[in-house]
Amino acid sequence: MKHTSKLADIALLIGFAIVVALGPIIFTPIGAGYPDLLQKFAIYGIFAIGFNILFGLTGYLSFGHAAFLGVGSYAAVWSFKLLSMDLLPAVAMSVVLAGVLALAIGFVSLRRSGIYFSILTLAFAQMCYNMAYSVLTPITNGETGLRVLRQDPRYLDAAIGYVSPTPSLFGMQITGWTGFYICGAVLVAAFGLSIAIFRSPFGMTLRAIKSNQNRMGYTGYSTRPYLLSAFVISGMFAGLAGALLAATDPLAGAERMQWTASGEVVLMTILGGAGTLLGPVLGTGIIKYFENIFSAYNEAQLKAMFTFVPDGLREPVVKTLSLFVGEGWQLTLGLLFMAVVIFLPGGVMEGINRLIGLKHTPKVRSLGDSPQRDGLGEMVIEEMPTHDRTAEIEKNAAEQQARATAP
Amino acid sequence: MADKKFIIDRRTALKTGLAGAAALATPSFFIRDAWADDFCNIPKGKDVVFGFNVPQSGAYADEGMDELKAYQLAVKHLNGEGDGGMLKTMKPLALKGNGVLGKKVTFVSGDTQTKADQARATAKRMIEKDGAIMITGGSSSAEAVAVQSLCQDVGVIFMAGLTHSNDTTGKDKRAYGFRHFFNAYMSGVALGPVLAEAYGKDRAAYHLTADYTWGWTQEESMKDATEKQGWKTVKAVRTPLGAADFSQYITPVLNSGADVLVLNHYGKDMINSLTQAVQFGLRDKMANGKKFEIVVPLFSELMAQGAGDAIKGIYGTANWDWKLEDAATSAFTKSFGAAYGTPPSQAAQTCYVQAILYADAVERAGTFNPSKVIAALEGFEFDGLGNGKTLYRAADHQCFKDVLVVQGKEKPKDKFDLLEVKKVVPASQVTYDPSIFGGELGSKDAKACG
Amino acid sequence: MDAIVLQILNGLDKGGAYALIALGLTLAFGTLGVVNFAHGALFMLGAFCAVVFNKLLTLEIVKIDPTRTTPWGSPLEIKTPYVQAMLGDWGKVLIDYSVPVSILLAIPVMLLIGILIERGLIRFFYKRPHADQILVTFGLAIVLQEIVKHFFGANPIAQSAPALFSGSLQITEAIVYPYWRIVYLCFSLVVIGAVFAFLQLTTFGMVVRAGMQDRETVGLLGINIERRFTIVFGLAAIVAGLAGVMYTPIVPPDYHMGMDFLVLSFVVVVVGGMGSLPGAVLAGFLLGILQSFASMNEIKGLLPGIDQIIIYLVAVVVLLVRPRGLLGRKGVMES
Repeated sequence: MKHTSKLADIALLIGFAIVVALGPIIFTPIGAGYPDLLQKFAIYGIFAIGFNILFGLTGYLSFGHAAFLGVGSYAAVWSFKLLSMDLLPAVAMSVVLAGVLALAIGFVSLRRSGIYFSILTLAFAQMCYNMAYSVLTPITNGETGLRVLRQDPRYLDAAIGYVSPTPSLFGMQITGWTGFYICGAVLVAAFGLSIAIFRSPFGMTLRAIKSNQNRMGYTGYSTRPYLLSAFVISGMFAGLAGALLAATDPLAGAERMQWTASGEVVLMTILGGAGTLLGPVLGTGIIKYFENIFSAYNEAQLKAMFTFVPDGLREPVVKTLSLFVGEGWQLTLGLLFMAVVIFLPGGVMEGINRLIGLKHTPKVRSLGDSPQRDGLGEMVIEEMPTHDRTAEIEKNAAEQQARATAP
Repeated sequence: MADKKFIIDRRTALKTGLAGAAALATPSFFIRDAWADDFCNIPKGKDVVFGFNVPQSGAYADEGMDELKAYQLAVKHLNGEGDGGMLKTMKPLALKGNGVLGKKVTFVSGDTQTKADQARATAKRMIEKDGAIMITGGSSSAEAVAVQSLCQDVGVIFMAGLTHSNDTTGKDKRAYGFRHFFNAYMSGVALGPVLAEAYGKDRAAYHLTADYTWGWTQEESMKDATEKQGWKTVKAVRTPLGAADFSQYITPVLNSGADVLVLNHYGKDMINSLTQAVQFGLRDKMANGKKFEIVVPLFSELMAQGAGDAIKGIYGTANWDWKLEDAATSAFTKSFGAAYGTPPSQAAQTCYVQAILYADAVERAGTFNPSKVIAALEGFEFDGLGNGKTLYRAADHQCFKDVLVVQGKEKPKDKFDLLEVKKVVPASQVTYDPSIFGGELGSKDAKACG
Repeated sequence: MDAIVLQILNGLDKGGAYALIALGLTLAFGTLGVVNFAHGALFMLGAFCAVVFNKLLTLEIVKIDPTRTTPWGSPLEIKTPYVQAMLGDWGKVLIDYSVPVSILLAIPVMLLIGILIERGLIRFFYKRPHADQILVTFGLAIVLQEIVKHFFGANPIAQSAPALFSGSLQITEAIVYPYWRIVYLCFSLVVIGAVFAFLQLTTFGMVVRAGMQDRETVGLLGINIERRFTIVFGLAAIVAGLAGVMYTPIVPPDYHMGMDFLVLSFVVVVVGGMGSLPGAVLAGFLLGILQSFASMNEIKGLLPGIDQIIIYLVAVVVLLVRPRGLLGRKGVMES
């Protein structure tokens, strides 16, 4: 457990807010400084921050978080259709609905842990996705996605007598840079909230559950309510992200709920560093950058970029590189991802910390800084490990070597 | 228009301190754009940027790559490079082979992953970052409808690629969206009489339908068209998208009393369901004293390749085929073949044509201003782009042209020679009243990027 | 009645495929304790073994005739399949049987791939938690499928069953069933039987089973359990690969087919009980049959959309009622 002062936390939050505010300037040199991508950074950042509260703190790996994002989007679009084009009712509806769904799914899924928990959440999310795509089309508009139409009733707006043409917040339209700053403000707030949760007694309890759930049980803690709260909170973050997604781009489609979308937020969190404050946001940035910028390079652009390379060499250079950009962007992502899991289980954050060497960073041995689990990933009733795991691994290796040299 | 609103909003009393801060922090280049433009992404330099938004990963990646090839070819021809392709045959033609309005055409591309969300994200990137004057592409109706409504909101013209749902130019039509490809309704109307002629008027059909909007419109159109010919519909069953194994849906067909199976599937679903239906011996079966038949209302060359032998003898419809014998088709096929070594697919043709049509409309309008370009495209009649005489109808921005009824070839010469054009159904027969699908086009006014 | 018999047949056939995929997954999990998200990719690689084999057989000697051109303008190529040129009619038969014969190619190739993956990647993850294993193998799966996409494109590639098996069997007036699906069902039963026999009847299998129970003790007995586990992972890869090879005439393979089956195969494994081989097989068949029944028009009429979610619904119910799955034993894999 790192001990940080309140002051450092506040400094971190302010620094974060400054970076967000300067986003358009910072990201322009790398080609990401346009409103839509920055909005996506902020929105998926919120999603990942929420996911991190569950996975990073408790170690419970949910593979169904996209369902909450999707439900949040649908709720927001329905709010734009029925109530008002203002963001606030939409956010309220999304967060509440996502929270209720998370409560229901969490209540059932949290009866199990480890990989069983993952599969349960995955199953629920896939059910939501399949239903939204087909049977629930009257509510979700299926394949084409739910959109805001001009002729929708919007009872609240009708009562006031003012209708904004696009989703707005107090009359400010949530498009372009205004949209980014609204999302950015929410991101900063979400980040602050996540710091508060990390430092609170509640956060401590969650970490304690992660390191040894049974010991928590022995000390008289009933862990389930804590886990469920964490699950619901992270579901609400996802709902919030869904609402913002619908506000910046008033269309909600079912594919947002597919398991690959749930997988994406897992990747984001882990790539950046699960259990760290900044990691999820960083991971989000990297993945969204790949998806939107790396995928956009085509051979013609590469050729233009590599005009400085001599003619004979240019062709092979461009050919090789084009394997990894454009249509090959997923290959690069897959490789990068493997490299991070293998060499930097603490994610990019671990890399940064080590690079800076600011403070003593213990080597992260696993993504979740593993709790004591059995082969099924379930918690087991065992004594706390009193010895260091490296020692154990080294001992085993030595034994094996001894065995191998023995006749 | 939008900038006007911006001023009002600034003065709105509701505005909070946060908003003020946001406005202060807003980078200056955004404000400059918002004030100076009278439409989105005015081309300023010597170049004009087209946005090619195609799937490069996921199930339709190959289709998307073919579309991208066609676009690149179109760009070459527009700039006067290469052999000119269909620019040599198009009538009337305003383009001069020196770019568009004297500006050299360049392009940006992106990967839509065949997902509506991602398609909108890449389109936004092209509009916001790369300054694309128009967006074109896509290989599913979900993508087309999603990107089309986005383009309407920001005021950038969208030339749809491969999209077959009635909705694209029906209930979801938009003033800024244009579709060259045909739709499910036309498929049904074109296919109905040919089926009745080939298989008789006394038939009982069983539909397997992909359980999403495109599938439903296709099913409805096919039902209408075949019932008009005297066919009965025994049953229509919805199948989940991406169900790799369709056996559990195919076996009930055997004893249903039907003698025709209509597969309202596309892409991988169609490849799998057709392959499996043929394996179940449906086509060797006799039902009601007649030979059992399978119909696939829409298929493409790539799908025919994927389905292999199963496609032989199957009736369907197509927008275009490289084996047509008109001068335009052979010019395009030659040009595409010379560049890439394969004949173009129908997706490639529709995308190439869309890019050319947009450029031509700009040339005729004399400006990139979208409201003028829309006016130039609306009601535009042209010929010599491979589909015979074609009309871009003003009421719904749908192209009306001949529809091809095709059949899987029994003895293909090579892997590009899989489909045989059985009948060319004239445009007049597939033209319908635009009001039957409802929807409205909305505003045609130019605006400054949203 | 006929409809029910047909759906049972469908279910068995589907179940055969599910069971085969889940079996390999469980093998890797039960012995190595590794949750392998790249298992779907192994299935896909197996299917592409069939594709490659077919391509090799149909390789053609290409002569370019510069005087004539194709309709799309490139020089006409005159092609002669060399297998046919070399072997005559024999070659034709070989091409016809390319799918089953490609098993001979798939076994060594998949074994090699399996061993490479285990030695090169998985073994570093034995001591790391499941989340790490899931994620690294997920990354591997993406990389593998992107490589396949680079060479073969995204479009499915049709593979035909041998002409002899391409028809269907008329069981009664109303019940017909494709020969190839019957072949697939029998094939899956044979492979499942072979794997069980291998584990039950050979010394190697005995050691592996012992290792599944208590890895440490077996290690202390001076047995190199690591090497055996490597081979078991190779075996799991072979099983996945074979399932893929024989599936190609039913579903034309494409680079993404592994991901499509991945979620499903995990559900099967979990329902069966993680680490339980009989459980995987049982759950495979059970889910196959349930899925078939859920798609019947009568049942869909009652519960619309049930065929879309039945698999997941069953998984949820089983996990809540029987926490360790159908046949998962307590004590397996626990430290």
